[in-house]
Amino acid sequence: MTRSSTASPSPAPSAGAVFDAGAAAGRATDAILRDTLHGAARGVVVDSPPGAGKSTLVVRAALELADAGRPLMVVAQTNAQVDDLVLRLAEKNPALPVGRLHSSDTDPYDKALDALDNVRTSAKAADLAGLDVVVSTAAKWAHVKGVEPWAHAIVDEAYQMRSDALLAVAGLFERALFVGDPGQLDPFSIVGGEQWAGLSYDPSASAVTTLLAHNPELPQHRLPVSWRLPASAAPLVSDAFYPYTPFRSGTGHGDRRLALGVPSDGSGPDRVIDEAAESGWGLLELPARHTPRTDPEAVRAVALVVRRLLDREGASVSERSEQAVPLTADRIAVGTAHRDQAAAVRAALAGLGAADVTVDTANRLQGREFDVTVVLHPLSGRPDATAFHLETGRLCVLASRHRHACIVVCRAGVGELLDAYPSTEPVQLGTLVKFPDGWEANHAVLAHLARHRITWQP
Amino acid sequence: MSLITTLARLEAVSTGRARPAATVRHRHLSERPLVFVPLTTAGEAGAPLGALVGTDRDAPRLLVVPQPRDRDLRFAFLAELADVVLPYVDGCAEAVEAAERSETDPETGKRVKVEVELCADAPQLIVPSRAGVDFVRLLGRSTRFRRTAEQDPEAPFPAPPRVPLLGRWLTHFAERARVPGSSLLPAMTDLLSRHWATGQSSLEDQHLGALLAWIDPPAGRSGAEAAREAELARDADGQLRCPPAGPATDPAFDNKLLAPAIERYDRARTALAAAQDGLEADERLGALTAAEREIRALVESRTRPTWDAVWRGLDLLRALPEGARVEERWTRDRWSFTGHRDRVLAGEPPQPRRDDAVTAANKLAAREREQARLEAQEALDDPLVMAGRRLSGEAFAGEVTDVVMAYSESKRPSPRPLVTVRTDDRPHLGARTRVYRSLGGKPQTAEFVGYEDETDGPGSDGAGEGPAGAGQPAGGLLVLRITDKMGRGREPEAGSVPEKGDRVCFTLFEHEPRGGAKLPDPEETPWTHGGPPGAEAAVREPADPVTEEDLL
Repeated sequence: MTRSSTASPSPAPSAGAVFDAGAAAGRATDAILRDTLHGAARGVVVDSPPGAGKSTLVVRAALELADAGRPLMVVAQTNAQVDDLVLRLAEKNPALPVGRLHSSDTDPYDKALDALDNVRTSAKAADLAGLDVVVSTAAKWAHVKGVEPWAHAIVDEAYQMRSDALLAVAGLFERALFVGDPGQLDPFSIVGGEQWAGLSYDPSASAVTTLLAHNPELPQHRLPVSWRLPASAAPLVSDAFYPYTPFRSGTGHGDRRLALGVPSDGSGPDRVIDEAAESGWGLLELPARHTPRTDPEAVRAVALVVRRLLDREGASVSERSEQAVPLTADRIAVGTAHRDQAAAVRAALAGLGAADVTVDTANRLQGREFDVTVVLHPLSGRPDATAFHLETGRLCVLASRHRHACIVVCRAGVGELLDAYPSTEPVQLGTLVKFPDGWEANHAVLAHLARHRITWQP
Repeated sequence: MSLITTLARLEAVSTGRARPAATVRHRHLSERPLVFVPLTTAGEAGAPLGALVGTDRDAPRLLVVPQPRDRDLRFAFLAELADVVLPYVDGCAEAVEAAERSETDPETGKRVKVEVELCADAPQLIVPSRAGVDFVRLLGRSTRFRRTAEQDPEAPFPAPPRVPLLGRWLTHFAERARVPGSSLLPAMTDLLSRHWATGQSSLEDQHLGALLAWIDPPAGRSGAEAAREAELARDADGQLRCPPAGPATDPAFDNKLLAPAIERYDRARTALAAAQDGLEADERLGALTAAEREIRALVESRTRPTWDAVWRGLDLLRALPEGARVEERWTRDRWSFTGHRDRVLAGEPPQPRRDDAVTAANKLAAREREQARLEAQEALDDPLVMAGRRLSGEAFAGEVTDVVMAYSESKRPSPRPLVTVRTDDRPHLGARTRVYRSLGGKPQTAEFVGYEDETDGPGSDGAGEGPAGAGQPAGGLLVLRITDKMGRGREPEAGSVPEKGDRVCFTLFEHEPRGGAKLPDPEETPWTHGGPPGAEAAVREPADPVTEEDLL
C-alpha cells in the first residue's frame, strides 16, 4: 500500500496549516466583500473550489448587503438550493425579513420555511416588495416583469447557470455578485448549439463565460481553501481539475481519521474500505469487460461496499468534533454518471437493506457533502469514451463530495480506453478551450487511484 | 443509443435486414415535395457543380455549372435554381386559411387574439443527406446578401434578380431544419434512419445507397452485402457503381472524368474567344457546346441514381401510416413558412449573418421545447417508441387492478382517486413523482404514491413497501393518485378515471413542454450580454468581401 502523501505536495503540519488556511480564506473573503459593497464595478466574480465555503460566503454577503440597506435579490439554480439558502439566512439572522418567491406548482418550497417568522413566501414578486432579501430560482425570476430593479443581486452557482438564463434575469438588478465553482459540470442543452459557438453570448455557454466576455474588467476572486476535502484529496482535485488556480485543504493530514470498529473479513470490499480509511482513496477494480451501463457486477460491488461500510461500524474524527462520530447511512453517498445506474444501485441497496443511503447522479450531487462517497466510475465497462463520460466536471463532482474518503468502483481497462479515445471534440473558433480536458483529468485521477487499487473478482 | 435501438441494430445484423424503428411515420411528407440533389466542387466551398431539382419524379431539371469557378456561370446556375424553387415556394404561399394568434397589444400590453393568415400548405424541400442540408445553408448564406443591379447599380458583380430572394428562402429552410421534428427541409437519410434501424453505425447510415440497401435489399441478397456493394463496388474504370449522395463527389470521378472534361471545356472556351472570323467561331462554338454537353452528362450520371434513391425512400416512407401528431407539428412548419413569407412581403432585410443575444436565446429555447415535444409525441404516437421509453424506465404500461376513491383535504374536497396498476415495467419512480397519461389527447397528471405488496396486506414487509420508492422491485403493483382532468365537481366526470381492468400507459415525461419565460426585447439586452445591439446592427450587412479566389 502506498500512502497518498508521498506523491503530493505535502502541506505543513496540521496546526500551522489550519492557521494559514483560515487567514488566507479570511483575506479572500474580506476582499470579496469590499469589492461587492464598496467597489465601482457592476459585477464581482468569485470562483470557489469544492467545499470552500461558497454558501457561507453567499449568506455573509447577503447579510452585509442587507445591513447596508441595499435591496437584494438572490438567484439560485434549484428550489432545493433556494430553500437551503433561506434557512441559512434565517439561522444567521432570524430578524431579517426574507422573501421566498416560488412557483405556482404544488409543494413549491420546503415546508420548514413556514415555521420561520420573518420569511414570507409568495408566487408573486409584488407580494414580496420591500423585503430586505428576496430569494428564488433563475427560472422563476425570469417570469418577474415590470418591477423596480433591485440594487444588488447575488447569483449562486453561476457556472451552472446558462447564459440565456442570465439574459432573462439580468434586467432585474443593477449590480451583482456571481459565485460558483468553475470545475463542476457545465450547463448543457438537449439540442445542439454549435451555431452560436464562439459568440460572446452563446446561449448554451455558462453565465460567467458570457458575463466575462462582455465585461472583462470585472474583479475576479478565488476562495483558496477547501474546508470539505481532506488533506488526502485536495492536492489531487486541485492538480487534476484546477491546475491553474490551485487550492489547498483547510485541514492537515492528522486532523481527520476514519476508524472501523469491525475488522476486515478479507473480501475485496473490506480491503478497499481499509485502504480508503487509511489513505482517503480506494479503487476497487473489477476484471476488464464491456458491459451495459447498469453493469450488474459493478452495481453489486458498489452496493456491497456501502453495506460493509455500514456493517463495520465506521466512526470519523475531525476538526469538527473530538468525539468519534458514527458513520451512518446519511453520511454516505453513491455517485454515478447516469440515472439508470443510480436506479440500479438503489435497487441493489434496497435488497441489502441500505435503502436510506443517498444515490444520485453527478448533476444532482453538485453542492452536497458527505463523509464517505462510493463512486461508480463513469468509464467503467464502456467500449467508448464519449464527451459526456469524459467531461471534466462530472469526474470532479464525483471525486470531491467527501470529507474523509472516496471509494471508486471500476472495471479494469479504463487507461487503455482513454488511450484509444483521445479527445476529438471539434475545436470551435472563438471559444475558450477549457483546461484541463476530460481526457487529461481522467488520466490524472486514474494514475492517483492506481496507488490505492484493490483488484477483486466478485 | 438507447437499449431498444441497440437491440434493433443487433437484430438487423443477425437477420441481414434493417428492423423497423417505428410503426408509424413520424415526419410529414408533402404530396408534392421539391427534391433537390446538389453536387459541389471539390476544394471550392460553396461552388456548386450542378443539381437535379424538381417535383416530378420522371422529369427532374438538370442544372450544371460547366466551369464551377466562373462567377457568371455560378450566378446563372443560381438564377436557374431560383426559377425552380421560387415558383414552387410561391405556389404554397398563395392559398391561405384564417387563423388566430395571440399577440401583445402594443397599447394595453395585454395578450389579445388577432386574426391572421396561415398558409394552407408549406413547401417541402428534400435533400438526400445531412450534408445536403448544410449545402442549402451555405448557398443561402452566400446569396442572401448579394445585391442585384436594380437594388444597387454600383454593385461590381450584380446578382441576377431573384437570387438574393432565393438565398433568403434557402436560409429560412436551413434554419428551420435545425428545429427538431420540423419537415420543411428533411434529409432522406435522416428520415429513413428515424424509421429503420440498420446493422451499421449511424455514421454509415449517412450513405443513402447503403441505407436503402439495408432497408430494401435486392431480392435474394442480404442488406449487409448490398450495403457493402453500394459503398464500395466500382466498375472497370474504377468508378463507384453507386455514386455518393453528395454534395461531395467521389475523388475518382473528379480526377478521371470531371477534371479532363472541364479542361476540354476551358480549352474550347479559350479557343472560341480567340476565333478570327464568324465561320471559325461557329465551328468553335460547336466544340464548346459539345464540351458542355459532356459535363452535363457526367453530372446527370452522378445525380440521377441519388435522385431515384430519394424517390425510392419516399415510396418506403409513404407506405407507413402518418403518426397522429405529425399534422400538428406540420402546422408549426406552416406557421414558420407563413411568418417568413410575411417578412419577405413586408420588405424586411435578409436574415442577419449572426443572431443577436436575444434571438439566439429564443431560438435555443424554442428548439429545446420542440425536442421535448417531439420525443413525447413520438412515444405517444407509436407503441414501439413507447416501448423504448418503457425499457429505459421513463414510462410504464399495465392493467388497472384497483381503484379507490379518495378526496383532497381542502374546504371543497376534489376527487383524488387512488389507482393501482400492475406492470412488468421498471419505471424510475421516486416519492411523489408526477406521471402523465394521454386522456382524449390531453395529458392527465397523477402522482406516484408507492409500491403495493402483492399480498395486499397492510404492514407486510419487503423492499417494495411504503412510499418514497425506496426499492425498485421488478414491476409489481404501483399506486397512483390521479390529480387533475376530472372536472370541477365532487365526483369525477365519467371516463376521467381509469377503471379496473383498463390498460393504461403512464409516462414520467411531460406531454406538452412548458413555455419558458419571455426574454427581454433585443433593444433591452442587459449589460451582462453586451447591452443592446449597437448602431452597426441597423446597417445592412454587406455581402462577403470579394477575394482573389472569387475571380478567375
